[in-house]
Amino acid sequence: MRRRGGLKVLELKDIHKVYSAGTINESCLFQGFNLRIEKGEFVSVVGSNGSGKTSMLNIICGSIDIDQGQIFVGDKDITDIKEHVRYNKIGRVYQNPAMGTCPTMTILENMSLADNKGKSFNLRMGTNKSRIEYYKESLSQLGLGLEDRLNTQVGTLSGGQRQAMALLMSTMTPIDFLVLDEHTAALDPKTAEKIMELTDKIVHEKHLTTIMVTHNLRYAVKYGNRLLMMHQGEAILDKKNAEKSKLKVDDLLGLFSQISVELGN
Amino acid sequence: MILLGILEQGMIYAIMALGLYITYKILDFPDLTVDGSFPLGAAVTVMLMTNVDSGMINAITLGHNPYIIMFLSCLAGGIAGLVTGIIHVKFKVRDLLSGVITMTGLYSINLHIAGKANVPIFNMETIFSNRGLDSLYPDLLDNLKVLIIISIVTIGSKILLDLYLKTKSGYLLRAVGDNTTLVVSLAKDSGSVKILGLVIANALVALSGSVMAQQQGFFEVSMGTGAMVIGLASVIIGTSLFKRVSFVKPTSAAIIGSIVYKASISLAMDMSLSMILAIVVAVVCIVYMKKELPLKVILTIISTVSVYLVVKLFIPYEMSASDMKLITSVLFMIILITGHEKKRRAKGARA
Repeated sequence: MRRRGGLKVLELKDIHKVYSAGTINESCLFQGFNLRIEKGEFVSVVGSNGSGKTSMLNIICGSIDIDQGQIFVGDKDITDIKEHVRYNKIGRVYQNPAMGTCPTMTILENMSLADNKGKSFNLRMGTNKSRIEYYKESLSQLGLGLEDRLNTQVGTLSGGQRQAMALLMSTMTPIDFLVLDEHTAALDPKTAEKIMELTDKIVHEKHLTTIMVTHNLRYAVKYGNRLLMMHQGEAILDKKNAEKSKLKVDDLLGLFSQISVELGN
Repeated sequence: MILLGILEQGMIYAIMALGLYITYKILDFPDLTVDGSFPLGAAVTVMLMTNVDSGMINAITLGHNPYIIMFLSCLAGGIAGLVTGIIHVKFKVRDLLSGVITMTGLYSINLHIAGKANVPIFNMETIFSNRGLDSLYPDLLDNLKVLIIISIVTIGSKILLDLYLKTKSGYLLRAVGDNTTLVVSLAKDSGSVKILGLVIANALVALSGSVMAQQQGFFEVSMGTGAMVIGLASVIIGTSLFKRVSFVKPTSAAIIGSIVYKASISLAMDMSLSMILAIVVAVVCIVYMKKELPLKVILTIISTVSVYLVVKLFIPYEMSASDMKLITSVLFMIILITGHEKKRRAKGARA
């Protein structure tokens, strides 16, 4: 039975997850959560704190285990595959700009590390001289002048510059999909805008399937071709393509206040 | 003669400092295995040297070659690092405690390997004197011979380590200490990389122990007590001395730090208790006193001199060789206090 639409890239099937099971703090997050993402989709995920957005990303990437259910990438069941192995085909950018780069290593060394993802880290020279031109070229696309500072330690760069590098590094090798975990949340509005534009550009150029968690409703509306709103471990809103492009920030805000009323806030 | 002794000992401990540079600076892992793997290197060395008659060991050592013995001691240290790494990574025991476990166990293992608590190897062939070497070496530089051979081993290890840190595997090792999350994002198991770092570090530490046993001519079961402190102090001295000098590699800094440390220990050994305590007070005053400059200088001098006089007059204590470890710990404390000062300043400057 094939559903309408493109090729399945990622599928979460009947996910159950309970935190602190068996204690008084027991809290049930997912009860039979399902999600199917198709090739080429750019999914923006919004929702209040504790709605399960980040937990969903962590479940996909394997940072937290699930109690029940299955996770598929393509047609492959990856439920029991270890976190670091899953990253062979997943790129991820974190909220904290420090998470995506190595601060005491230089820009060139960081690029070389990212370039070697999926290959063996053996006793060959860490930086392949013939790749330097390519690194410079991709860095110049960021428009931050980093291509002229290859031997600068990444720790001395600003948060925005590091996040731009993290974005570049996570998409350097072929991946099945890109995971963006509130990756503009720690940046100032102007830099955040820039990183978002850059994200959009890279996603389109490399035709990446993308899942982006964000608290910025404007970004969620403006970017991507699918929007998901999470609430208490369920997707309460899921709009694609044409329907999604009709969505306004106000609609989402209205929905948010509706939820809050239900919660009695 | 004293200077030669300092250089020789400093260069031997420098090999260990290279190992601690990996665990402490790169991996940010407080590895206490060192106190056990340093004598382990020495124990394996004396065991292989004194048991030439046993057929099996003869076969391993290819006829009692001190260089091969040195290499095998190195391997033994690597295994010690592997054990600590597995305890920490696979069994999820805290870093400090997994080192303590291995270190404690190694004390008995070292005794078993060496046979007894004190084993002399004075008349054995060592890397410093053996038939092959003696025929090659010019008599002219006889008193520098030990230092030259130690320097070759130390600088050789340093160059190999520098080269390794430039390989893909070396990049990954540096990345693990920096940002474990990134290593996972690169689809690598950060735990195995950590274990690899501990193996290399403890192999270097055991190499240092092996060279030490050959230089001093004996194995002693407690020779590892405080080894970690010595190596750590060397690394911290070295990196703080050359913090602003970017062309000095951190590995070179660790070697120089080790020599500086040995020099300051031998300097402190000649001091009186009152003098040492006065220096401690002076350092603490300089680092921690928050007063205007002229007042700070005056108060520092007053407290330093008064401590000196009080201790000199009222505590009749003669320093002896048995106070070595006490001096070591006091010196280490001074190094950490001054190192802390620099860090605090750096943070203030950024804000």
